[in-house]
Amino acid sequence: MEAAELTGVEVIDLASTPLRELNRRLHELAGGARSWRIVNPNGAHAVACGLDAEIDVEIQGHVGYYCAGMNKLATVRVHGNAGPGVAENLMSGEVVVAGSASQSAGASGRGGLLVVHGDASARCGISMKGIDIVVRGSVGHLSAFMAQTGRLVVCGDAGEALGDSIYEARLYVRGEVASLGADCVEKDMRGEHLAELSDLLGRAGLDDVDAAQFRRYGSARQLYNFKVDNASAY
Amino acid sequence: MHDQTWQPGLRESYLYDRNVIAEIQRASREGIYDIRGFGAKRRLPHFDDLLFLGASVSRYPLEGYRERCGTDVVLGMRFAKQPLELKIPVTIAGMSFGALSAPAKEALGRGASEVGTATTTGDGGMTEEERSHSKTLVYQVLPSRYGMNPDDLRRADAIEVVVGQGAKPGGGGMLLGHKISDRVAAMRTLPKGIDQRSACRHPDWTGPDDLEIKIHELREITDWEKPIFVKIGATRTYYDVQLAVKAGADVIVVDGMQGGTAATQDVFIEHVGIPTLPATRLAVDALQELDMHRKVQLIMSGGIRTGADVAKALALGADAVSIGTAALISLGDNSPEYEEEYRKLGSAAGFYDDWQAGRDPAGISTQEDTLAARLDPVLGGRRIANYLRVLTLEAQTLARACGKSHVHNLEPEDLVALTVEAAAMARVPLAGTDWIPGRYSA
Repeated sequence: MEAAELTGVEVIDLASTPLRELNRRLHELAGGARSWRIVNPNGAHAVACGLDAEIDVEIQGHVGYYCAGMNKLATVRVHGNAGPGVAENLMSGEVVVAGSASQSAGASGRGGLLVVHGDASARCGISMKGIDIVVRGSVGHLSAFMAQTGRLVVCGDAGEALGDSIYEARLYVRGEVASLGADCVEKDMRGEHLAELSDLLGRAGLDDVDAAQFRRYGSARQLYNFKVDNASAY
Repeated sequence: MHDQTWQPGLRESYLYDRNVIAEIQRASREGIYDIRGFGAKRRLPHFDDLLFLGASVSRYPLEGYRERCGTDVVLGMRFAKQPLELKIPVTIAGMSFGALSAPAKEALGRGASEVGTATTTGDGGMTEEERSHSKTLVYQVLPSRYGMNPDDLRRADAIEVVVGQGAKPGGGGMLLGHKISDRVAAMRTLPKGIDQRSACRHPDWTGPDDLEIKIHELREITDWEKPIFVKIGATRTYYDVQLAVKAGADVIVVDGMQGGTAATQDVFIEHVGIPTLPATRLAVDALQELDMHRKVQLIMSGGIRTGADVAKALALGADAVSIGTAALISLGDNSPEYEEEYRKLGSAAGFYDDWQAGRDPAGISTQEDTLAARLDPVLGGRRIANYLRVLTLEAQTLARACGKSHVHNLEPEDLVALTVEAAAMARVPLAGTDWIPGRYSA
């Protein structure tokens, strides 16, 4: 507590504090600090999940599965790499991964912003429902699988089957797309798309990236209602 | 087939009966598999194939109207700070708003709450109707994650991670476009009127090791308060139950292949999974081997219709059962009251299974306001409460006859089997013998 009083930052050392204690304090927060620093995460799972307050959480190191899962309002920065399902079902707020993220980053996210400065792996943005995801590097296969709504921005390349079975999400990729999934097609990049992409890049702090270099992908909407003539597409 | 069509000399093929012929004709006409609701319609080994051995010279019964026979059950005592305390061992299974109308969900909540048991959400999120009318509500975490959010997670009384369901183990949800109304579309973040194809795998975990971490995350988010259920469609039940225990489940729900569905391919309903009877035995074996029986609670579902089914499932070692199809029938599904309308839809009362179509005359499996308005949720709730009471009274009657002061004191020794198949699956002796097929005597 002394450190917090001096700096206004509550420091939790996961090498000596149980994860349960950390998350309990982050959930309760009554009269607690607005700024938190977590050291020695050492790949722990479920770090800072289920937050529901406008606080800043800095994590110094690598985290395991589901860091910042179901986050609301809070800003969580991982100064390291993140395991599977970082920011899964993100509701609002912001999650930033300085390194790379494993599979299913931002899975089923409903709002807020996820920024990955390294690469994201397979299924980035799977089942996304309103989240915005900006990846500085590349994403793996089946990213934006069944993506319902929200935006996925990939400054590098996208792996195979991008946007498979996509609904209404919008995908922007600057580099190569290995292949598009079922019912995902390239679409025209119009002024409104350039504007929203520039805005997203700006919010992610990637002002050096030129929105004009991206291509847009989305749903052809051919599989929205089952037709037997489309059966071979599944 | 003895009916008005039959006359001497007309011999129907067993292999190609009228249903088979009609399906070949339909498939040839439409070029798409048959999607329907309800559960498996074929004959399967079931609890009907078991009988109770009532009290006799060596066992004495309890008095029906005087001696108490308890029915309460606590679910989720392994890790959760707030286990569910239910008055009866019968819960309402997960059925989505979307598949069911809002009044139907409300009625289920009203009825279950009246008799002190739980209801369950479904593949479409939590509605205000069901939260406000269900004293105890289990919130499902499904592969689709429709409507999933931490606020509903926290205002649920328990959380159920759905791996599969008995009607379609290995299959995802399905809601055809005509049931995606404005409200359903908004809850699922989908355009109106499109076919909703829920994923069959969770988006952020695969396999038992991931499941353990996922359960841990859900516990952390909810501060270890809520019991966490894992629901599995019955297939490799012995192994699945052991893996669910290892993953940290408080409660395991095993849904046999008779379990209902609002919309699934007929071929899936009838040909995937194992019946509830052998699944019960396998699940109990798995728990007993781990010394987790009665520590991790087991809920069995799939074809529970009567208090006899309830009592037999409990006697084999389940802690509770869930009902779905039977609950809809209790609400008024397939009621003769709507015979004329069922006929117009090409069906009849007692046969109607087009729950996927959204045109349910009884106002249950529909999103059309005019149809849904036919179901009075207060009256529906009363029917559900009545039905749940009857299931409980029947189970108590059987338990007392076996001399048990609590329905959980029923045991496999109280049972015999009528068929060799049921004896083998339930591992109780064939009636009149000491023979349990597959078990060698010393």
